[in-house]
Amino acid sequence: MITKEKQITVDVQKVRKDFPILSRKVNDKPLIYFDSGATAQKPKQVINAITKYYSEQNANIHRGVHALSQEITTAYENARATIQKHINAKHAHEIIFTSGTTESINLVGSGFAKGFVNAGDEIIVSEMEHHSNILPWQMLCEEKNALLKVVPINETGELILDEFKKLLSPKTKLFAITHVSNTLGTINPIKEIISLAHAKNIPVLVDGAQAIPHMKVDVQNLDADFYCFSGHKVYGPTGVGILYGKEEWLHKLPNYQVGGGTIKTVSFAKTEYADIPLRFEAGTPHIEGGIGLAVALDYLNEVGLEIISAYEYELLEYATEKLSAIEGLKIIGTSQNKASVISFVLEGIHPYDAGVILDQLGIAVRTGHHCTQPIMDKFGISGTVRASLAFYNTKEEIDELVHGIEKVKSMLK
Amino acid sequence: MKIEQAENEIVEEFSMFDDWMGKYEHIIELGKSLPIIEEKYKTDDRLIKGCQSKVWLHSEISNGKIFYTADSDAIITKGLVALVIRVLSEHSPDEIVNAKMEFVDRIGLKQHLSPTRANGLVNMIKQMKLDALALKAKA
Repeated sequence: MITKEKQITVDVQKVRKDFPILSRKVNDKPLIYFDSGATAQKPKQVINAITKYYSEQNANIHRGVHALSQEITTAYENARATIQKHINAKHAHEIIFTSGTTESINLVGSGFAKGFVNAGDEIIVSEMEHHSNILPWQMLCEEKNALLKVVPINETGELILDEFKKLLSPKTKLFAITHVSNTLGTINPIKEIISLAHAKNIPVLVDGAQAIPHMKVDVQNLDADFYCFSGHKVYGPTGVGILYGKEEWLHKLPNYQVGGGTIKTVSFAKTEYADIPLRFEAGTPHIEGGIGLAVALDYLNEVGLEIISAYEYELLEYATEKLSAIEGLKIIGTSQNKASVISFVLEGIHPYDAGVILDQLGIAVRTGHHCTQPIMDKFGISGTVRASLAFYNTKEEIDELVHGIEKVKSMLK
Repeated sequence: MKIEQAENEIVEEFSMFDDWMGKYEHIIELGKSLPIIEEKYKTDDRLIKGCQSKVWLHSEISNGKIFYTADSDAIITKGLVALVIRVLSEHSPDEIVNAKMEFVDRIGLKQHLSPTRANGLVNMIKQMKLDALALKAKA
């Protein structure tokens, strides 16, 4: 039960105890983990679920008649239902287990290449996409002689919606767009974007990898045709991800990988494939990954996703204020609507050098282009330092980052 | 001086520092002493791939010995390159190819040899050895 006290803010000291790794040291300093945008740490509930799977539950799913197989099949399908509920999908069979956001996007890309895209057609992406939401579409366009169109962003790192509207054409087969930018933190107005695209009968795929950890996502409310995310960025296991697709789209989408589990009957003359979701889930899946992901979502809901969003926003505002006060520091990505991701550059200092020194202080940040080279080109920089904040971070840790940056400046000036 | 001797010298030099800060400040200083590549050689084909920071490497052979110059846009990388050049430059291709480069580990900078994408030192050493072989074949 959620108590009133819990609703006010995250009890960060209590929450931190759930994440064993947060008490370790790095380079003899207490770990300050500001790289949750790359991968989030795991609460003991998730770790315990994986241990329990291998200690007590291991069996293959969907096939066996024995008790273990039936138990774990139920657990796996319950996990699917938990995920369905979490993003408010209409049906559990609209939830496809994949290996991560990247595979989810490739699955849709492959289906569109086989089924829906012809020479001269167009796919639209945005300038702020992660490479994983560019390359599958670029490859598809090269294969099919189609055109890849790009919605530009402005100086604050927001999509230019007027340019987006101009790109929508009768030839557009799909718009692939990130919900939250992993580099800039920008939260895109996804609902509005989808409604603009749907007005022209264009389906939209949303890369939700960076949104799911920070906010409540309702795929029916957004009216997304496809919504992709990864387990490991939302405090779950690595190697598992989700493709949500509207039922009617998944029925239409051609096969991706085929093999064990995807069929009803097989003969050399004719194979009849299974219904969704199994038609897209070839081979033995990442069973403990799916179960662990559902446990992670349960954990987030227990802490309270709205409370988490509010606390992370408080951290973001605090960090923005403190970092902005550092001379020579420039924040890249200054949209009014941001998730708790802060990218910055330091005048005259290479991000790599800053990252190496911060690491010596036990502070884990990400440096480089963050798999978004077009954004770097747009801002005329080679990379940034990125601090991505999660609800287990504290203001004191942000103060340490500020001290760390001062140290970087004094050593590298 | 043999390659191993040069490595030992560096290990001794770094043993003076008892904390990471001294060590990195020294690397930063070394970065400033790097034999800088001539501007005309700072071309994309001399860029070592796979580094988060840009590293340009130029290799020449003279009297059977290889001479390296380099540059980087990151100062710590520059310091690491300077160390590697100090060890390998002015040796024969055979000596270079067989160099074990254990000093990096011995001075406590092993993390710079990890095969992450962020880090160019492994690629840098590999490129220096490849260049040495190619120049030997041409000579």
